Amino acid sequence: MPEATIRLEGDTLAFTGAIDVGAAERLWGDATSGAAKATSITLDKVTALDSIGAVMLLALDKPMSGAPPDIAEVLERNRRALEAAPPVKPEKELPALQALGAGAVAKVRSFGRTLAYIGEVTVTMLRAPFQRGGLRPAELMRHLDEAGLRAFPLTILLGTLIGVILAFQSSIPLKRFGAEIFVPNLVGISLLRELGPLMAAIIMSGRTGSAYAAELGTMVVNEEVDALRIMGVDAIAMLVLPRIIAACLAMPVLALVMDLTGLIGMTGVMAALGFPLVAVTSQLKQWLSLKDLLGGLLKAAVFGAAIGMIGCRAGLATARGPRAVGDAATGAVVGGIVAIIVLDGIFAILFYRLGL
Amino acid sequence: MSEDAVITVDDLSVSFGGPPLFRHVSFEVRRGEVFVILGGSGCGKSSLLKAMIGLIEPAHGTISLLGEQLADATGDARRALLRRLGVMWQSGALFGSMTLAENVELPIEEHTRLSRPARQAVARAKLGLVGLGDAQAKLPSEISGGMAKRAGIARAMALDPPILFLDEPSAGLDPVTSAGLDKLITDIARGTGTTFVVVTHELQSILAIGDRCIMLDKAARGMIAEGDPKELRDHSENPTVRAFFNREAPDSKEAPDRKAGA
Repeated sequence: MPEATIRLEGDTLAFTGAIDVGAAERLWGDATSGAAKATSITLDKVTALDSIGAVMLLALDKPMSGAPPDIAEVLERNRRALEAAPPVKPEKELPALQALGAGAVAKVRSFGRTLAYIGEVTVTMLRAPFQRGGLRPAELMRHLDEAGLRAFPLTILLGTLIGVILAFQSSIPLKRFGAEIFVPNLVGISLLRELGPLMAAIIMSGRTGSAYAAELGTMVVNEEVDALRIMGVDAIAMLVLPRIIAACLAMPVLALVMDLTGLIGMTGVMAALGFPLVAVTSQLKQWLSLKDLLGGLLKAAVFGAAIGMIGCRAGLATARGPRAVGDAATGAVVGGIVAIIVLDGIFAILFYRLGL
Repeated sequence: MSEDAVITVDDLSVSFGGPPLFRHVSFEVRRGEVFVILGGSGCGKSSLLKAMIGLIEPAHGTISLLGEQLADATGDARRALLRRLGVMWQSGALFGSMTLAENVELPIEEHTRLSRPARQAVARAKLGLVGLGDAQAKLPSEISGGMAKRAGIARAMALDPPILFLDEPSAGLDPVTSAGLDKLITDIARGTGTTFVVVTHELQSILAIGDRCIMLDKAARGMIAEGDPKELRDHSENPTVRAFFNREAPDSKEAPDRKAGA
C-alpha cells in the first residue's frame, strides 16, 4: 500500500495514498498547518480512507474535490456523523458565592433527611414488636453472626496486641519510679473504660458499617429497595432494623472480648517482667470495679447502634453511578468513626459530671 | 479452510467444571459478512463469544482470528491483534466515571498517538454515527439501556476494527431502536467491509442482518445448524431449528418485540 503523503500545490492541498490511522497520526499536524495556507483539498490520488483519516480531512474544513466514489462515500458518512454530533461546550460553573450558597442549601437538606431517617428508624423500632413482620429473627441472627461472631478472631488478635503494647509502653515510665506493679491498674482502667469499647467500635465501623453501606447501596442501585417499597414491605423494618439491633447487641460482646484479651496480653507482659499472676489479679481486683466494665459496655452498645444507623443511612442514601457504592462505604466508615469519637467525648463529660 | 475466512473455530468445547456447555463446535466466519450465533437462553451463545475473544479458556479446540491464535499471542502481537477486534458488551460495559465521549476516546488514546483534539473529533464522529451526538458529555449512569448499547458500539468501532463482536445488540430495546441498530450494523458491514459476529436470539434481527448463522442448542450441547438464516427458516429439517424460527416467524410482523426462545 502506498505511503500516505501530503503536498501543497499552489493553494491546493493534495493528499495521496492510504489515509488511515497511521497516516492520521503522522500527518494531522502537517495537514492542519498546510490547510491554513490552502483554499481547497484534492483527493484524486487517495487510495483508501478509514474513519479516522476521514475525520482528519473533515477537521481541515476546506472544500474537497476529486475523491474516488468509495472514498467520497466514507467521507460523506463521517461528515453526516460529525454534523450529528456538534462539539459540546463545557457547562459553566457557578460563581463562588452562589456555589457556597448551593453547597449550604444541600448540606441543610441532607441534615434534614438525616433527622427524618433517625425519626423513621425510631418510630419503626418502637412499632416493630407489635407488628407482623416487624422483627425478623432469622435476619437478626444472620447479622449477629456477621457482625459479631465473625469479628471475634480479629478482635482477639487486636485485643491481645493492644494489651501487650499498653503494658510495655506504660512499664517504661513506671519503671523509673519502681512502680511497675501499677501497670495492671493503668492498662485495666484504660482498657475497660475507654480503649476496649473504642477499638471494638473502630473494628465494627470498618468491618460492619462499611458492609452495611455497600450491601444496602447495591440494593438501592439494583432497585431492590424500590421493589420492596412497592411490594408494601417496610424497607426500614426489613433491612435497617435487624442490622442496627445486631450491631447494638454485638458491640458490647466485642468490647468485652477486647477487654479480656487485652488483660490477658498485659498479664503476659507482666509475667515476662517477673510479676506472678496473683500480683496482677490482686491489683486488678483492688483497683477495678464492675462500674468501670459496665460503663464501657454501655458505651459500646451506643457506639454499635450509631455505627449501624450511620452505615444503613449511607447505604440507603446511595446515589446512582459507578462510584456511588464506594462513596457510601467510605461515608459509613468516616461518619461512623467521627460519631464514635464525638459520642465518646459526650460520655466522658457525662461520666465525669455524674461522678462515675 | 476457505480463502476469506477471518475467524476459524475448530472442534471447540467449553465447560465450566461439569459437563460441557457445548462441544465439537466448528465453523468459519468469512470476511465482510454478518455472522449470527443464535439459540435459546442458556445454550452458551455468550460463552462461545467469550471463548472466541479469549476470555474463556476452551476445554478443547482452537480459535484463530485473522490467521492468528489469540490464546498463543503474547506481548505486542497480542496487542496488535486486540486492536483489530471490537467488542460490544451485553449492557455496554461503559466506564462509569467517564463521559460517553471519553469512553470512545479511551481505545484511541491507548492505541494511537493522535493528539487530544484529534481524538475528540474521532470520538464525536463515532458517537454521531450511532446517533448519540447530543449525549457526548453524559455519564453512562445518565443514559438509557439502548443508548448504552449504542455507545458500546461506538467505542467498539473507535479504531475501525476489521472484526466487531456484538453480544445481544437488540435485546431489551424497543422495536424502532432495535431496527435502527440493525440498519446501523448492515450499513457499517456494507460500507466498511467490517466482519460482524453477532450473538442474539432476536428473530427479526437475525433475519434482517444475518448473512449466515449457526444455531446452538442446550439439549444437544452443541451446534445443530449452520447456514443462511432464511434458508434455515424455510427448509431446515431439524425440529429444534424449525421450532425456533416458526414459533415466531408466521406472525412475527404482529409481535415485533417478542423474543424468540426466551
